[in-house]
Amino acid sequence: MKFLLQRIAFYLFTAWAALTINFFIPRLIPGDPVTSLINKFQGQLSTDAINSLYVLFGLDKNASLWSQYVDYWGQVFRGDLGLSFTFFPTPVSEILSQSLPWTIALVGITTFASFMIGTSLGVLAGWRRGSWLDGLLPVTTFLSSIPYFWLGLLAITLLAGPGSFFPSSGGYEPGLVPSWNGAFFGSAIQHSLLPAITILISSVSGWILSMRNMMVTVASEDYITVAHAKGLPVRRVMVSYAARNALLPNVSGFALSLGFIVGGTLLVEIVFSYPGIGYNLFQAVGAKDYPLMQGVFLVITLSVLVANLLADIAYLLLDPRTRKEG
Amino acid sequence: MREPVLEIKNFHVDYGLGADAVQAVRDVTLTLHRGEVLGLAGESGSGKSTLAYGVTRLLPPPGVISGGSVVYHSPGGSYDVMTLTDAELRKFRWAETSIVFQGAMNSLNPVHKISTQMLDVIKAHEPDLSPQARTARAAEMLKLVGISADRMDAYPHQLSGGMRQRVMIGMALVLQPQIVIMDEPTTALDVVMQRQILAQLVELRERLGFSVLFITHDLSLLVEFSDRIAIMYGGRIVEEARSSDLYKDSLHPYSEGLLKSFPALRGPRRELSGIPGSPPDLRGMPTGCSFHPRCPHAFDRCSTDIPLLATPSSRNDPTRSVACWLPGRTPVA
Repeated sequence: MKFLLQRIAFYLFTAWAALTINFFIPRLIPGDPVTSLINKFQGQLSTDAINSLYVLFGLDKNASLWSQYVDYWGQVFRGDLGLSFTFFPTPVSEILSQSLPWTIALVGITTFASFMIGTSLGVLAGWRRGSWLDGLLPVTTFLSSIPYFWLGLLAITLLAGPGSFFPSSGGYEPGLVPSWNGAFFGSAIQHSLLPAITILISSVSGWILSMRNMMVTVASEDYITVAHAKGLPVRRVMVSYAARNALLPNVSGFALSLGFIVGGTLLVEIVFSYPGIGYNLFQAVGAKDYPLMQGVFLVITLSVLVANLLADIAYLLLDPRTRKEG
Repeated sequence: MREPVLEIKNFHVDYGLGADAVQAVRDVTLTLHRGEVLGLAGESGSGKSTLAYGVTRLLPPPGVISGGSVVYHSPGGSYDVMTLTDAELRKFRWAETSIVFQGAMNSLNPVHKISTQMLDVIKAHEPDLSPQARTARAAEMLKLVGISADRMDAYPHQLSGGMRQRVMIGMALVLQPQIVIMDEPTTALDVVMQRQILAQLVELRERLGFSVLFITHDLSLLVEFSDRIAIMYGGRIVEEARSSDLYKDSLHPYSEGLLKSFPALRGPRRELSGIPGSPPDLRGMPTGCSFHPRCPHAFDRCSTDIPLLATPSSRNDPTRSVACWLPGRTPVA
């Protein structure tokens, strides 16, 4: 328990540091959002409007850095991340709350599926070393070595297109209104299939490979021989003795990859024009939309931290040796 | 003579296949009797552990059993362990023959509690037993080896090396097998713990009546604690005798060398000499008697003919056997 509290304190500190950096970065890079907004409106803004924009973005030159910093924290806690330029004047928090579910649903589910499939195949491949499953490894490794955007483009070129079952872009049929009904869900699933499959193909081999290698290592441990000597059913030896121990590094890898669900989907969402958070980031970068970028970075940072905390908790639960007690 | 419980006959184990195979165990014939402690001693690489893994069919690849039979005699009947199907083999393991392995530290699964690991073996072999009865059995066995019941919920890393090895011994006895194979069970422990555990084992054997095949490179330990000793060299058994006979009157020059390499605690002082040279390379075994390059008494015949294990002509004692060409040690013609 003490260990957990220590970890939580550590993550709170890291979160503070990350948010502080997030505050300073836009202030350190040359140019500022208001200038780019002025450019966007091509000089049709009065001086008053410009000044009020500076205040609005928290870039008030008259306020000290410290009071800006305090204001920034107040805004973060209120969930107020400023106004986006690209979608002016929509608040960033609203844009993020719209796109986050798409990313989490698509990449969250595929990451989980990829982990489950990869780990199970890895267990089998490691357990029956030298069987046909080992032949699968070079294939999956080859697939995972293809750059993701290229795999995505290839999938679109070959599978999507007019008359095809797979739509080539978007998160749902343009005519539909997002709501909890069957037609919308069907369309959303149909649109997510191609991105999901390509993510799965490119990420599953990592899980297979690491799980297989851990299985091979663990299978030569003495306690596996003991388990065989005890006359336990083969299934039990494989699952409860070998896989249970081999799983540990993969679980922490999985928890870490949860953190990249939000951040690591840039390419997927760009290639498939998927309405997720990565696509937001892409648009924000293109439009020099600082508040939106800041908001996306904030979400990515926090999700990585939460994932790390989950990894620590998972480890505590799975490996008694990490529990410092008694 | 007591009745046999395990008869190993003409047992061969190879590592690898075909012409490149290394013969780790050659033509071993050994009998374990009911209730006795049979010591198996030899240098590293002499094939003693391979023999233990072989008779329980636990050899990891590329180990292959290339010949021989292992007949197990139970009160219910006799059968050859080598011909058992996988399911029969699983039943045979631990219930009839349990093993305590070399690495006391790594024999327990680090992520499961002691109780889980004790109970799963009972559950696998006696599925009809109620959970309470299983727990009671496990607790009773741990108590026998001196582990209190409240340690049952401990994880292996919370126990000392000696405790872990005692847990392993308790686990080995939990199904009350006929045979317990011990593969250097005390190597990783200090001498005080060694003695404690062995004393406990002797006591348990008297109470439960199992037989022990005790494998070690520590001959001094065996002399004191086993009933009979078999000495292995280069994959073969070179001498077999009662412990006291072997200690007082060893016949094979190799046994003699082993006995001369440790000091006696009591009795007259004697010169410690050790054995010159190093263990043979299993890939290129010397012709004839494999010990002849290191043997101080070797003569012409030793390098050409392989001596066979038999009762020596000079000692008219059926409990003794030796494989040596020296005068008086060859079989009665």
